[in-house]
Amino acid sequence: MFSLESLTTLVQDWLNKTFPPTIALLFEFVIVGVLAIALFAALGLVLVIMERKVAAWIQIRLGPNRVGPKGMFQSAADTVKLIMKEGLTPDGADKFLFNLAPFIVMMVAMLVLAPIGFAKGFHIWDINIGVLYVSAISSVSVIGILMAGWASNNKYSLLGAMRSGAQMVSYELSVGLSVLSIIVLTGSLNINDIVLSQQTGWWIFKAHIPAIISFVIFIIAVTAETNRAPFDLSEAESELTAGFHTEYSGMKFALFFLAEYINIFIVCAIGATLFLGGWMPFHIGNWESFNHIMDYIPSFLWFFGKTFFLIFLIMWFRWTFPRLRVDQLLNLEWKYLLPISMVNLILMTLIAIKGWHF
Amino acid sequence: MFLVDYFKDVYGAMKSLLVGMNRTGYYFTHHKEIITEEYPDNRDTLVLPERFRGEVVMTHDENNEHACTGCSACELACPNGSIKIINKFDISPEGKKKKAIDTFVYHLELCTMCGLCVEACPTAAINMANTFEHSVFNRGLLTKRLNKPDSKLKAGVE
Amino acid sequence: MVEEIGKTAEGDLIINVGPQHPATHGVLHLVITLNGETIKKVEPHLGYIHRSIEKMCESLTYRQFIYSTSRMDYLSAHINNHACALTVEKGLGVEIPARAQVIRVLMDELTRIASHELWWGAMAMDLGAFTPFFHAFRERESINDIMEETCGARLTMNYMVPGGVMVDLHPNFQNRVKSFLKLYKQKIHEYDELVTGNIIFQNRMKGVGILSKEAAISYGVTGPAARGSGVSCDIRKLYPYEIYNTLDFEEVLETAGDSYARYLVRLREMNESIKIIEQLIDNIPEGDFQAKTKAVLKLPKGEFYQRVETARGELGVYIVSEGGTTPYRIKFRSPGFSNLSCLDHITRGGKIGDLIASMGTLDLVIPDIDR
Repeated sequence: MFSLESLTTLVQDWLNKTFPPTIALLFEFVIVGVLAIALFAALGLVLVIMERKVAAWIQIRLGPNRVGPKGMFQSAADTVKLIMKEGLTPDGADKFLFNLAPFIVMMVAMLVLAPIGFAKGFHIWDINIGVLYVSAISSVSVIGILMAGWASNNKYSLLGAMRSGAQMVSYELSVGLSVLSIIVLTGSLNINDIVLSQQTGWWIFKAHIPAIISFVIFIIAVTAETNRAPFDLSEAESELTAGFHTEYSGMKFALFFLAEYINIFIVCAIGATLFLGGWMPFHIGNWESFNHIMDYIPSFLWFFGKTFFLIFLIMWFRWTFPRLRVDQLLNLEWKYLLPISMVNLILMTLIAIKGWHF
Repeated sequence: MFLVDYFKDVYGAMKSLLVGMNRTGYYFTHHKEIITEEYPDNRDTLVLPERFRGEVVMTHDENNEHACTGCSACELACPNGSIKIINKFDISPEGKKKKAIDTFVYHLELCTMCGLCVEACPTAAINMANTFEHSVFNRGLLTKRLNKPDSKLKAGVE
Repeated sequence: MVEEIGKTAEGDLIINVGPQHPATHGVLHLVITLNGETIKKVEPHLGYIHRSIEKMCESLTYRQFIYSTSRMDYLSAHINNHACALTVEKGLGVEIPARAQVIRVLMDELTRIASHELWWGAMAMDLGAFTPFFHAFRERESINDIMEETCGARLTMNYMVPGGVMVDLHPNFQNRVKSFLKLYKQKIHEYDELVTGNIIFQNRMKGVGILSKEAAISYGVTGPAARGSGVSCDIRKLYPYEIYNTLDFEEVLETAGDSYARYLVRLREMNESIKIIEQLIDNIPEGDFQAKTKAVLKLPKGEFYQRVETARGELGVYIVSEGGTTPYRIKFRSPGFSNLSCLDHITRGGKIGDLIASMGTLDLVIPDIDR
């Protein structure tokens, strides 16, 4: 069976045989960096065209259809356009912070990629506190957004950044609690262990209704954390024109845009790993033959399939719902999501202790 | 009681959101409902209603004859001054002077396609054409001469 | 103490919403004073799209000036033209043929539906839902196609002439309208599924931008915006023109006065318009579509006033004639201007999001405000 694990071992063995360990490690860094950047570029292109096609079909339109077959190269053409554009820095802006902000947002998105398991035995860094690492690093992106809003010296940007700050800080709690409820079941923060614990079935099916509740809360909260509609208050097109990135243009704007999609990919990857079994194929208990057939589908296909399903779900939200108001946004978190997920966590702990899950 | 209301709220809210998602999901999967058309590609099959007002034209028959007597009724009816009629005096074989149209100047750039000139024309010499792709690179091209060169007044039109 | 630019003495933020802003749907300029997210003052600045239509009309003849009123409230262009034609006919004392009256009313109601459809989509877009905008355009396009087939244009029809309508109905008209009615009835429940019932939408709308009955009257608010506050102000009922007194329809009234009430009034008004069309579509009388009028119209010396109910409220046309071929003075009482004036009253103390929602339900068309 085709697997990416053998490929990585092959490369590592060859490097270690040919070069001294330090040089080999350096080479591995370079390979990983190039691969990560290539993944980012590919994801940006794919997700943008996907978003536009989803939007178009929901809105009974055809969507992009001019560049390439069925408009599939539209986002490549857009990228070329953005690169060609002038990256303006406004006169009154804090020049250093203004230019730094998009890179901070982008770097955070890159860093979070490290512990995610893309396929069986295929991840950048198999760290034992994987989930904690992800939730710690992803909250840094709010700094980039606040920086962008503050340094732009524009009132729309400032309002957008402040909204974004309030939003991210509060929704982090719900994300954390719903992630915790799965951690309670697995007993490990290591992403690989979490995936392996779903050998006999995914957690969303195994842990009764509390798992479904925490899945719903997770999806709502990450939608808010990635600043996507209906929680896109920091951009709020009809209120704040473009929110925190009003003053950005050209490639600097493109970095914000790309970071948004990368963030969506990452949170959906985490969601897929925790609730839908990551790269683990669909297994049902002890049905050996069924499980065996499922194993024939390569693990990275399982991972990307699940992740893209969640991404589609988030896009579906965006093109269906109106935006919340800023006070309602915080109401939703503090009056509904947080209490429910707290009670849910207690239930989940009970299930874990008593061993009621399958 | 408070808790019951609380969960009723949550249930009602979730239900209303799912109803909306069901609707958009329906359109996502039913591509037959798509109503947009690929415009420049469907130019050949594009059918505009015959009354569509795109541009003022003067009808000429196969003998290069039109029905415009140069009475300036359209010029007077036009609210924007987009029509200017320049008349000349033809000398008929009998030596009589006869008023005839020299140039029918039509400023497409000023026209609002209100159709009042067509209404005002007593001889139905001008009408509205269906063309709608009026963009040009040179503004001068929008000032048009509607009567074709060497065209004559149709016999019998007064 | 030197005042910082863009801040008041109390340290409140002053933000310019517009003249170029996604939510103002035109070149409206609102100067809002903000304390955090809370609005302390909204000050509309007008004049960015002033084209002096009133002054222009003074140099146009009575046949010519009607077309330019399409450019005021371009979404109910037909009703504007209707108001002007009615005023001129009042001056001329022309009897309008029955067929022309029915055609005019049919077109008015189709325009009203088209206008409300666009409002529905644009308002949902203001609230951040993009999809309803495109869904609303599906129904609106079929109305525009009907207009295009009969009148020759989609938006600025110029179908009205003093004495009737410019050309007779297209032979296809009745079938097209009937198929539109069918489409509308198939799709109208989606409006409720997608927007009205949505919990986020209801939270954004209910109890927001409250306009009391007294305030509505004192600001001169008319149309659906005032009817949402319980003010009975439908000109079609109160001062019927054309054949409206023979038709069976209700004046839609809500009493809450908030954004949600204004929203419901417009949605229900579309159904009333459908009711009117259904009554008329099979009973279009035969006869002339245009009364015989002179080629050059001259109004007798005097003053003439006529009001109609546009999609946005009461439109009044006031003509002063000196007896010549052109009006001496024309004044339009446009609904948008008075409706805008209550914006500060209803949004004060709300959030920025409320301002957008309230502005959406007032259904402002900026060229109508500035003229």
